[in-house]
Amino acid sequence: MAEQAVQNREKFRIRISKRAEVGTKKAVLFRAISVAAAIIAGGLFILCIGYNPFSVYGTIIKGAFSTSMAFQATVKVMIPLLISSLGVTLAFKMKFWNIGAEGQIIAGAICASYFALFHADLPHFLLMIIMFAAGIIGGGLYGLIPAFFKAKFGTNETLFTLMLNYIALYVIVWLRDGAWADPESGGFPKIARFVSNAQLDKVGGIQVGWIIGLILTVIVFIYLKYTKHGYEISVVSESHATARYAGMNPKKIMLRTMFFSGAVCGIAGMVQATGSDMTLATSVAGGVGFTAIIVAWLAQLEPIAILIVSFLFSVLEKGSSVMQSTFGLSTYCADVLQGIILFFVLAGEFFIRYKFVVNGKERN
Amino acid sequence: MDMFINFLVAAVLAGASLLYGTVGEIINQKSGHLNLGVEGMMAIGACAGFMAGYRFDSLVIAIIAAFLSGAAAALIYAVLTVTFMADQNVTGLTLTIFGCGLSNFIGEYNITRSETGNLKLPEHIMSQLRNIHIPVLSDIPVVGKLFFSYNIFIYLGAIIAIIVYIYLFKTKTGLNLRTIGENPAAADAVGIHVVRSKYINLLIGGGICGIGGAYCSMIVCGGVWMSDSVNGMGWISVALVIFAAWSPLKAIGGSLVFGAFSVLKYYMPKSVITLPNAFYDMLPFVITALILVITSVRKNKGRMQPASCGVNYFREER
Amino acid sequence: MAENSEIKSSDYAIECKEITKTFGTVVANDHVDLSVKYGEILALLGENGSGKTTLMNMLSGIYHPDSGSINVLGKHAVINSPADSIALGIGMIHQHFKLVEAFSALDNIIAGTPGKLKKRSALREDISAISEKLGLNVDLNKKIYNMSVSEKQTVEILKVLYRGAKILILDEPTAVLTPQETEKLFDMLRIMRSEGCAIIIITHKLNEVMAISDRVTILRKGQSVETVLTAETNEKKLTELMVGKPVSLSIERPEPIDPKPLLNVYHLSVDKPDGTVALEDVTFDIYSGEILGVAGVAGSGQKELCETIAGLNGIRSGAVLYNKENIIGKTAKEIIELGISMSFVPEDRLGMGLASSMGMTGNMMLKSYSKSKGPFIDKKPARELAERLIKELDIKTPSTEIPVRMLSGGNVQKVLLGREIESAPSLLITAYPVRGLDINSSYTIYGLLNEQKKKGVAVLFIGEDLDVLLELSDKIMVLCHGRVTGIVDAKTVTKEQLGLMMTGSTAEEVLGNG
Repeated sequence: MAEQAVQNREKFRIRISKRAEVGTKKAVLFRAISVAAAIIAGGLFILCIGYNPFSVYGTIIKGAFSTSMAFQATVKVMIPLLISSLGVTLAFKMKFWNIGAEGQIIAGAICASYFALFHADLPHFLLMIIMFAAGIIGGGLYGLIPAFFKAKFGTNETLFTLMLNYIALYVIVWLRDGAWADPESGGFPKIARFVSNAQLDKVGGIQVGWIIGLILTVIVFIYLKYTKHGYEISVVSESHATARYAGMNPKKIMLRTMFFSGAVCGIAGMVQATGSDMTLATSVAGGVGFTAIIVAWLAQLEPIAILIVSFLFSVLEKGSSVMQSTFGLSTYCADVLQGIILFFVLAGEFFIRYKFVVNGKERN
Repeated sequence: MDMFINFLVAAVLAGASLLYGTVGEIINQKSGHLNLGVEGMMAIGACAGFMAGYRFDSLVIAIIAAFLSGAAAALIYAVLTVTFMADQNVTGLTLTIFGCGLSNFIGEYNITRSETGNLKLPEHIMSQLRNIHIPVLSDIPVVGKLFFSYNIFIYLGAIIAIIVYIYLFKTKTGLNLRTIGENPAAADAVGIHVVRSKYINLLIGGGICGIGGAYCSMIVCGGVWMSDSVNGMGWISVALVIFAAWSPLKAIGGSLVFGAFSVLKYYMPKSVITLPNAFYDMLPFVITALILVITSVRKNKGRMQPASCGVNYFREER
Repeated sequence: MAENSEIKSSDYAIECKEITKTFGTVVANDHVDLSVKYGEILALLGENGSGKTTLMNMLSGIYHPDSGSINVLGKHAVINSPADSIALGIGMIHQHFKLVEAFSALDNIIAGTPGKLKKRSALREDISAISEKLGLNVDLNKKIYNMSVSEKQTVEILKVLYRGAKILILDEPTAVLTPQETEKLFDMLRIMRSEGCAIIIITHKLNEVMAISDRVTILRKGQSVETVLTAETNEKKLTELMVGKPVSLSIERPEPIDPKPLLNVYHLSVDKPDGTVALEDVTFDIYSGEILGVAGVAGSGQKELCETIAGLNGIRSGAVLYNKENIIGKTAKEIIELGISMSFVPEDRLGMGLASSMGMTGNMMLKSYSKSKGPFIDKKPARELAERLIKELDIKTPSTEIPVRMLSGGNVQKVLLGREIESAPSLLITAYPVRGLDINSSYTIYGLLNEQKKKGVAVLFIGEDLDVLLELSDKIMVLCHGRVTGIVDAKTVTKEQLGLMMTGSTAEEVLGNG
């Protein structure tokens, strides 16, 4: 009887089987197909809420590129995203799940803001250097905390870094409502606008952060690919046992790398506060730290690819803000579209490694 | 004394959404999936529950809608991680971004289409959301207030937690599920349907999270739609799973404790200590971080995450 | 094959015909035939990588054949999942136990069985009835993580018997057992045969095939080459069938030349990270030009011994002298920097000895990357070394940049051993260097070790196959629960004596009694 039942099921059956290693070209093709499918699915979503997907997508593109102002705004969105994506990449390369970019951005921004608010009389160039260093140290130390506990006790870094995000956020709230409150705001809770001496310079009409981002892209690329540190990170990510076997100190490497990871995110915070917001706002990170994780992952932790992906995400983000004025659709639409794209790319990864087999016959 | 009872009642109310999130995530983790999408599933449940309540003026429909939409969100996660074997961390995070975005988007979409510029639950459902009153029981001093005078979500949450506990630890299906979470290959080898079971349980867990979300949007926000009503509760729930040592019963106590922390600022007598509000808001997250450290310091084999948590299962893996 | 005409196919409990299974481009099973009757023990013999486990995994529903048919009791059966397999009365005891560490034995046994959860006492009675019949003894409340390997195996056996399996498949069940435990297992299998069970036992140990089986099916490179009656064959014939050509079964053992003490281990005690004892008061010497074999049940402290000497572990007390200098307290890096030429080939090749996602080039510089000046790595010498090793050791890889995890077990071991030998060590530590390798690759590795020995290198050889230990080593040290139960001359000691020492008897007791 059992056999009978088993035989009946033979008629139609899909199984998953492992694919032979796929070449780079084919892998890129698969990813391109998933992105295309995602854009179609996003279009369906737009259609569902009663809009023409072509005009919405067109508006997004136009909103991001149409004028030089729009393009500058797009780059402005891209700056913190690019930098913090590079930051989390350092940690992810080590398989350290740093979900705490959000907090590290804030920590960097807070430290830099201290000098912008209270030492704004320093010579401009010196002040910029000090604020830059403060961003690095603030973000770096904040990144060091989860690494320390992970190294010492094996504390789960995913959840720990997550909690640190919220803690950092409430530190800004605390500063805003207390010590750093703007006395001239008339009771409205905010921190004073930085004086012009404490604002980041502009190059080509956009704050200098875009140059910092490009330089960091190159630095991170070289650091991961050609230095001993980069080599150590890739060994540690394979296995701590292998690293110890090779005479490395995995804990030291973890601490060092997380300092750098946090430091780069801290730079993002410093640049955002002093170059774009011109003040320290609770929204200084504003979800960028989470999006950065997705950008880094989509780009397969390759710095050059991160440059491209973060640009595309910024186009989506900036373009969506125009959607609000044109169609009255809220900017949350960008989050939804991001999610849909990512779901498809996540599913697409499957086809690079596996394939479906129907009753013995192969199907892709 | 009154102050203290009020504090406890407030703690229960503040902890309720955590209880749903935690119990949902416990089921997820027991099936071997560290789902970081709790926040997103709750947000989607919050939206669906509120909108269904707004449209149909019925609490039952609202709760069912919240459950189903939470389960639907979990279905996305399940398809990606169980069938497509995608990275659990990235999938969960994406689900959170997507879920929160979708929830807020639909909320604002409906607001712009409403005449008043805001969304308020109708009167009938509001009356259903009010605290219950059981004759005699609710009137007992102290006890009545502490146990018999809550809104319906509180009792539903406790009942769900107890049922899930019995399911996980006292039934064969629960034993099978725990086997999957510990060692899916072992479960598979003894004929347990790993994939089917993972799907079912991820969906149930997601559905429970969805109800928790509905609690946030319908009760916590007082019947008026607000963006980001879940506001980090999903994330705390993920951490609370560890605090509760993967037991739905301990989750009841845990959510009460965390609820207490989050309302402490309103009940701490100013004469004892004055601290900035931000500090109190930060407290649940600080405590969670501390708990993470403490549990990692005391490594206890009885209080461990299911062994396969975070690792996808592929039968033909060699 | 000839007997097919005499016996009706319905007499077979299981009959596999023309089974083929591929993984990517690798053909694991190529038109394999196999059959087993009730009341019979069939040995499935083949080298590592010959497709034995793959074939059995298709019977247990883990894999699905690409083509071919499986008959159970003469009827066509389709096994899509382990549930189907169990329903057909097939039970498999996997080589890597499929148990939940955090559960009790009882929970492991009943998980997945149909019906409601019965009372614990009733379940206990059911299980005791089975275990008493077979002379098995297990504490049903004991957690798996507290169990020894042989206890875990007993739980696995009870698990399949509790499900009423009449067709039993055991995948390399003796690999982790002492000779005495093996004998007990075989007694139990004989009882089950007499009760009418069909039993398939996978092994590559010829003496066990001769001792337990009625018939032998031999697999070679994924093909079933022959099925013979055990009574009509011998070990030599079986080896030829298995390898495909005549091989000499003896391992060379050159006499040590001018042995001098190189490494002295004094009263070494080491704790595991969880606080339990790994090694207790271990004292021994290694001489240059000598192979010191280490025998012991898995988890007796072998891993910690290697890692401690290599400077990877902290210790509780004791000393390790290398050329009379204490190296305890020095890190692995300091030991490398001190110019102590010690090489360590760990048992976990891809998890410790190599970075599995890196190519050969990346792996060649694992221990030497820090020697170059400046912050940058220099890949050139590593690539040259990789290319040289590929030639010298005949390593099969498409390129020096292909991740090493993609290589076959034998090639992975050559990469690892090659790199270690390349650093011209005076002490070579190897843990289970031939695990998972086929016979030819194994003999290549033995050859490499003997070559080192002739150069005057001291070799610490952690082994699991007692026959190999007896043939290759000069001396054998036996570990039991982290203690040394004896250091004996490999030329005179017997396998049974080693077995007794592995379970706690001292050398004096064993050798004294004869």
